[in-house]
Amino acid sequence: MSLQFIVDGLLTGSMIGLGAIGVTLTYSILRFSNFAHGDFMAWGTYATLAVVSAIGAIVGKVAPIAPLSFGWPLLVALVVGMAFTALLALLLDKVLFSRLRSQGQAIIVVMASFGASMALRSLLEFTFTSRPTYFSRAIQIAMPVGFGIRVTPDQIALLLLTAILVLGVHLLMTRTQTGRSMQALSQNAALARIVGIDVARVVRVTWIIGGALACVAGVMIGILVQIRPFMGFDMLLPMFAAAILGGIGSIPGAVLGGLIIGFAEAGAVQLIGAEWRAAVSFIILMAVLFVRPIGLFGVRER
Amino acid sequence: MNETVLDVRNLEAGYEPGVPIVRGASITVGQGEIVVVLGPNGAGKSSFIKAIAGLVPISGGTVLLDGKDITAAPAHTMVRLGLAFVPQTENIFPLMSVEDNLRVACGILERREIPGRIEEMYAAFPDLVRQRRTAAGNLSGGQRQMLAVARALIVHPKVLVLDEPSAGLSPKFVSMVFEMLTGIRKSGVTILLVEQNAKAALAIGDRAYVLVEGKDRHEGIASELWNDPIVAELYLGQRPQHQKGGMA
Repeated sequence: MSLQFIVDGLLTGSMIGLGAIGVTLTYSILRFSNFAHGDFMAWGTYATLAVVSAIGAIVGKVAPIAPLSFGWPLLVALVVGMAFTALLALLLDKVLFSRLRSQGQAIIVVMASFGASMALRSLLEFTFTSRPTYFSRAIQIAMPVGFGIRVTPDQIALLLLTAILVLGVHLLMTRTQTGRSMQALSQNAALARIVGIDVARVVRVTWIIGGALACVAGVMIGILVQIRPFMGFDMLLPMFAAAILGGIGSIPGAVLGGLIIGFAEAGAVQLIGAEWRAAVSFIILMAVLFVRPIGLFGVRER
Repeated sequence: MNETVLDVRNLEAGYEPGVPIVRGASITVGQGEIVVVLGPNGAGKSSFIKAIAGLVPISGGTVLLDGKDITAAPAHTMVRLGLAFVPQTENIFPLMSVEDNLRVACGILERREIPGRIEEMYAAFPDLVRQRRTAAGNLSGGQRQMLAVARALIVHPKVLVLDEPSAGLSPKFVSMVFEMLTGIRKSGVTILLVEQNAKAALAIGDRAYVLVEGKDRHEGIASELWNDPIVAELYLGQRPQHQKGGMA
């Protein structure tokens, strides 16, 4: 077995983990499974792609940054894409989820998110066709780093970006008043209001963080794999598996869950073949639900 | 009575429209007073103070705090308006540390004021200091109640409103909680509380109201109400045989 699965697992795990942060936050704070989260990824990626194309059309061809496959336009576009995805999540909440949430039945909101997911995906297919596309068609040479492992500069850069974002979100959750308010709201919504927390504001922050990180995860997939309207939907099961494995509401849990599933998928590809890749998250999800339903970092309700 | 801080007039409130639980209840709370709301089970005591705190929809009447109309202000604005509420159960965030429970309630304070204010709360509730890093869910019942009260007091409220602070506590903790309330009043905070434990509450209260079927039916000096035959009658729904012993 080649140790290459370590790099593959880290990368897949990063994509899943960044997405799972949004899933776990939505689940713990808004109390529903948002099936449209994967489509936030896809929309964010296409938005980023559109901005990259627009910059290209305005300033002409830009040389990539030294060893990487992309130049500054992608970085600018990523920031715009993150803002766009956050706004998309806020908009969807305003016109759809918040209205249904006030009726107090979680299952209705879950079903609505399923509908929103299909609508968002179909809109992407309608606009961009279902043909895969790419940020760059340039081939990067993977550098050997020892033990038979090869890494491309893009992969290193994206792993670093993931680490920075995860650390940032973790610090936000544990060290700031906004983060404490989010924790408070997930533990006891009524008491959160009593202590003066503006629930509507915390809900907005939750969507902004979830949407922005979904966009980054999508762009990672776009850079390392390809861009398709179904790219986010295909991530849904691994993301939910990661969020549940890590323990709902836990940011470190979501990331660790993502990495575990990433490694398991990468290992499975080598050991039993790529066609079993998708089954891995399903098996892990079922195993967690049977053995430890509260997940790794989950805590039983007191 | 001193200057009125909280003035509730003909309050009508309930969870469902057209089904009021509180039916025209009126009370006043003066500056620095401890006012107790008593009443039999199902009298609407809890709904009454929850409505004041913005947690139960109000369909009629007014709530004035320092003369300002706060009727049906959203619950999360109450601390800013000067009213801090301590619910009966689930009044702490169990997975957050004691310190984070205090800090998360400091949203309306100036940032530089917060560390000092937290230390003041530790000084007032020394039991909490050693547990500052402990998850609040691991505290004992009495310590939880202290934390809940400290969390309410940290924002300098004009009125502290408590829903059955002694509920579910062992007798030792019950007396501790009521001693704590007396101490808080000494520091100038006005207190309104609902209690099942009438004897203990009347022992520390200045005035009390008896709420029956969502309406204030009787009012008096706390120390006199314990032996007041009308109170026994309202509580039991019948005229007591022996008036001397007060409520059994």
